[in-house]
Amino acid sequence: MATKKMAIIATKGALDMAYPPLILASTAAALGWEVQIFFTFYGLALLRKDLSGIAISPLANPAMPMPVPMPVIVSVLPGMEAMATMMMKAKMKKKGVASLEELRDLCQEAEVKFVACQMTVDLFEFDKKDFVDGIEFGGAATFMKFAGETDVCLFI
Amino acid sequence: MNFDKEYDASGLACPLPIVKTKKALNDMTSGQVLKVVSTDPGSVCDMEAFAEQTGNALLESGSENSKFVFFLKKA
Repeated sequence: MATKKMAIIATKGALDMAYPPLILASTAAALGWEVQIFFTFYGLALLRKDLSGIAISPLANPAMPMPVPMPVIVSVLPGMEAMATMMMKAKMKKKGVASLEELRDLCQEAEVKFVACQMTVDLFEFDKKDFVDGIEFGGAATFMKFAGETDVCLFI
Repeated sequence: MNFDKEYDASGLACPLPIVKTKKALNDMTSGQVLKVVSTDPGSVCDMEAFAEQTGNALLESGSENSKFVFFLKKA
């Protein structure tokens, strides 16, 4: 059986959307697949050495399960985003869900290739020193080359 | 069943049982048996898929003390 390949484009940087690319990539790598993740736009946040800033907002997330029903007007109050983030992280820890750092380390250990979108880095004037080691920088064409050979290609 | 190594994934959620099982198998030699304990109900199907995809045989899949127990033989 030829090695399966998967490419993921990670475009989101909120706490809920940070998980899917890392979980899928680490699992596929554990199954012996060749995996690449192309991080672009807000997805670049997942490549920062310091992931503590990754948050989730209750605002405009009508599908978010809440312990009590929350009117939208409450979601905009100062501190609500921090509270939602803290509660979500606490729940994840309680339920044994891996932290983003751990999942990312598992990915890199399993040789999942991380490619950072050079254009987005330039656009937001990010400093490469803020990103983890072992990543490559490339553009859409770099991604397309690998994406064209994959069995599974996901846009997250 | 005899086993050469045990990995306890109790309390861990997807994808950790599978990803850590792969890591545990990396350090083993061909033919050795790994026992994995998990509390994640999803890991039952995941272990079957893992065995099928990687060629590491799933010798047994059952439960012990209300936890899920798997025996995998390294390919």
